[in-house]
Amino acid sequence: MSGDVLLRVEGLTRRFDISKPWLNRVVERAQKQYLTANADVSFEIRRGETFALVGESGSGKSTIAKMIVGLLEPSAGRIHFDGHEMDFASGAEMRKLRRRFQMIFQDPFASLNPRWRVGDIIAEPIHTFGLLKGAEVTREVGRLLDLVGLSSADAGKFPHEFSGGQRQRIAIARALSSKPEFIVCDEPTSALDVSVQAQILNLMRDLQDEFGLTYLLISHDLSVVRHMSNRIGVLYLGRLVEVAEARALFTDPQHPYTRMLLDAVPDLALSGRRRRPVTGEIPNPIDPPPGCAFHPRCPLVMDVCRQTLPQPRATASGHASCHAVAAQDALSVD
Amino acid sequence: MTDFTPEDRPNAFARAWDSDIAWSFRHSPLAIVAAAVSLLIIAAAIFAPWLAPHDPFNPASLNLMDGFTPPMQPNQFTGNVYWLGTDNQGRDVFSTILYGARISLFVGFMAVLFAMVLGITLGLIAGYRGGWIDSLLMRIADVQLTFPAILLALLIFGVARGFIPPSMRDAMAIWVLIVAIGLSEWVNYARVVRGAAMVEKSKEYVQAARVIGVHPARILIRHILPNVMGPVLVIATIGLALAIIAEATLSFLGVGVPSTQPSLGTLIRIGQGFLFSGEWWILLFPSLTLLALALSVNLLGDWLRDALNPRLR
Amino acid sequence: MTPLLSVRDLIVEFPTRRGTLRALDRVSFDIAEGEVLGMVGESGAGKSLTGAAIIGLLEPPGRIAGGEIWLRGARIDNLPREKMRRIRGRRIGMVFQDPLTSLNPLYTVAQQLIETIRTHMDVSEREARARAVGLLDRVGIPAAARRIDDYPHHFSGGMRQRVVIALALAAEPELVIADEPTTALDVSVQAQIIDVLKEICAERGASVMLITHDMGVIAETADRVAVLYAGRLAEIGPVRDVIQAAEHPYTAGLMGSIPTLTQEAARLTQIPGSMPRLNAIPQGCAFNPRCPRVFDQCRTARPELVARAGARQVACWLYEKEAQNVG
Repeated sequence: MSGDVLLRVEGLTRRFDISKPWLNRVVERAQKQYLTANADVSFEIRRGETFALVGESGSGKSTIAKMIVGLLEPSAGRIHFDGHEMDFASGAEMRKLRRRFQMIFQDPFASLNPRWRVGDIIAEPIHTFGLLKGAEVTREVGRLLDLVGLSSADAGKFPHEFSGGQRQRIAIARALSSKPEFIVCDEPTSALDVSVQAQILNLMRDLQDEFGLTYLLISHDLSVVRHMSNRIGVLYLGRLVEVAEARALFTDPQHPYTRMLLDAVPDLALSGRRRRPVTGEIPNPIDPPPGCAFHPRCPLVMDVCRQTLPQPRATASGHASCHAVAAQDALSVD
Repeated sequence: MTDFTPEDRPNAFARAWDSDIAWSFRHSPLAIVAAAVSLLIIAAAIFAPWLAPHDPFNPASLNLMDGFTPPMQPNQFTGNVYWLGTDNQGRDVFSTILYGARISLFVGFMAVLFAMVLGITLGLIAGYRGGWIDSLLMRIADVQLTFPAILLALLIFGVARGFIPPSMRDAMAIWVLIVAIGLSEWVNYARVVRGAAMVEKSKEYVQAARVIGVHPARILIRHILPNVMGPVLVIATIGLALAIIAEATLSFLGVGVPSTQPSLGTLIRIGQGFLFSGEWWILLFPSLTLLALALSVNLLGDWLRDALNPRLR
Repeated sequence: MTPLLSVRDLIVEFPTRRGTLRALDRVSFDIAEGEVLGMVGESGAGKSLTGAAIIGLLEPPGRIAGGEIWLRGARIDNLPREKMRRIRGRRIGMVFQDPLTSLNPLYTVAQQLIETIRTHMDVSEREARARAVGLLDRVGIPAAARRIDDYPHHFSGGMRQRVVIALALAAEPELVIADEPTTALDVSVQAQIIDVLKEICAERGASVMLITHDMGVIAETADRVAVLYAGRLAEIGPVRDVIQAAEHPYTAGLMGSIPTLTQEAARLTQIPGSMPRLNAIPQGCAFNPRCPRVFDQCRTARPELVARAGARQVACWLYEKEAQNVG
């Protein structure tokens, strides 16, 4: 794998205005309220790799995905795709960039228009970007269906005639139809049963090998992430707390939150490993704790954690933002 | 757009026959009766010129001597027999009902069409765009909902009459009526479409289209519109009954279509003058027709609402 | 010893206009006193229906079309509605996926707990309240004596599920049916809830039927596991045996398809195709079109559960053939 960066995200921040309507605010004398879904998120994705973002609810992982593909506008920060800064307001230039990235969604029952035939669904990107015409479109749709393990005769059917796994295959065929280089996969298998999940994960891997695709995988499932990705970013309450190579993250997690997440995964191997009890719940993102947002649940909490936000510090294969990790490093250097 | 309709599939009729909605229809006696009555009246109205035994609008064919003939009885002067009797001018009540239903239905359908186009357009824009456009449109809708529809139609009717020169009033009356009723009904469509559009726009198939940069207008028309039409059809059906009644009410109040071209409402207005002098049929038969039409269309709308609601199935 | 719960040849059907769908087809299993039985299967396999049938809460038009359900030696599947209602809550507690469906948003937690306790037990209001506080404290709600007067929406998702567990155990039932109790929760909260459920049931000697799609949860919690496929039991046995050495090809495929944290496989084992819809269950063994070890018999006749070594039962022709060969 080359070190060539395909996507670079810098200081990505997104705030949502969740204030009550103007009239209510005046009557109740309430302030405007904001929810910070993401704050100062920066990472790079190299060409051909799978970069995963894991996190629980409220971590803002889907918000990042939506900002990258232009479904949401960032409140601050920049996104560079293959050296071009993404500016979704500019028409013509963006059109050229748009063809090169695609998205696969979580819910295969909502991601296909129920009133469209499968063929039309898959052909929509082809028509939108004007890639092919007439009979060529039909042939290409047939080829794509074949590629994802369906038959070209399925083009004439409607989505409700398919199972969840087959629908996800259709969604993948649609994503592939504009011949993209980069695909954002937002929880692509969390709505599927495990046996079907395995099919879709295998298919995604095969397609990556065949077309040299780059994936951004958004997931809450650590085992899926472990299986699929090269590098992993862990999000907690909208901030990236740790980034590491996949293997390193699972064998030697740095951030206490990463460790907690790993401990929470049920152990299928029945190794008898006694898990450390996980404590506490994710705070309300409208009103996050000061300092390090993880401090109320952290076993390693120190005074400084309650006051100042930890800055990212380099680790063996990435970085982690934690005062305790920093203190440990300082000790080992001494 | 490439056509992906396969050739070897069962034909459209077979598929429609087998659909859930058709099944639900076949198993609802009330819906079948309501549909039969509605279709009968609609067909009778459409083919009125061929079905009606007399032309009630042709003064040459009228004989004042025929006036006030009771139903199924020979006229005491001319000996002519009329199924449903005649009115004061000797017009055959059955024929006037056929022609009257024609006008009532025309006004009803056109008003629904007008309200639907306006409501769907504004509803889609409000629901998809959100923000201040949404707030503005919905506040207008709220304000409009505080007026009774008839009052609003009366107002619009009155204002329009002020603009239209007297010579054109009779010719324009029917169109003014359509606009007045349509304007008082659009809110229903707009609200439902807005709600449905807000639900649909957050669905992932719409996001998938947005990711590849499909134009918003195309998303609205090709993606969202087909998915919000179910509830719209329900309102349109019930709205047809409402529009027919609204038209009848306005005509009854004397602000509707001119009496030279009577609708069912006009007929009822004419008829009620004779009720206490014993000529009950002039009022009764148009009223029954209006009742049958409005009721059956309404029942059909109720059935459609239940059939399209998956939770009630 | 009679098992606490015994389900025999349970059949659940849904009449539809295109014919009757058989959602559960002759399902038989027992739950012993104090045992945790895991019920796994993919969506549509019928695991939630099994739970609903046991507590008499099948959504119409679904109905029990055959079989028997026995609770401590007494039949409960044909009880009148009123009697069944008394068993629910008193003898069988329930925990559902979404805590919000089990809690009434209009009443405080105290009101709901005390009502449940007093409906089923002859205690005074004050005693019931004391019990309720004790329960909340036991399921791990901090400052239970104060928080008991809060409304459900004042609690976070995980806390709400703790309240639901307290509610399910309020009348000290013999059996708790937990239907996907952790699916709606975050990973880090899931583990806490499973621990609470497991501990408190063990403490009170309640048996648990744990319905979930998550093999990991089963592995950590259950004593035995029953695997459902297309409304039929494929395999049932001690958790360790089933997970580490599945005998039914479906169970084996299922286990292989789960990615794990510890091993790094290039490809996951996958079962081709997907579970059939209820209106298209194949003849013979329901799994035969997807089975890697299929042979002629599988396509014509349905295999029954046969006893195997170590208290395990498997419904697969591979093992009946074996048994025949030996015999």
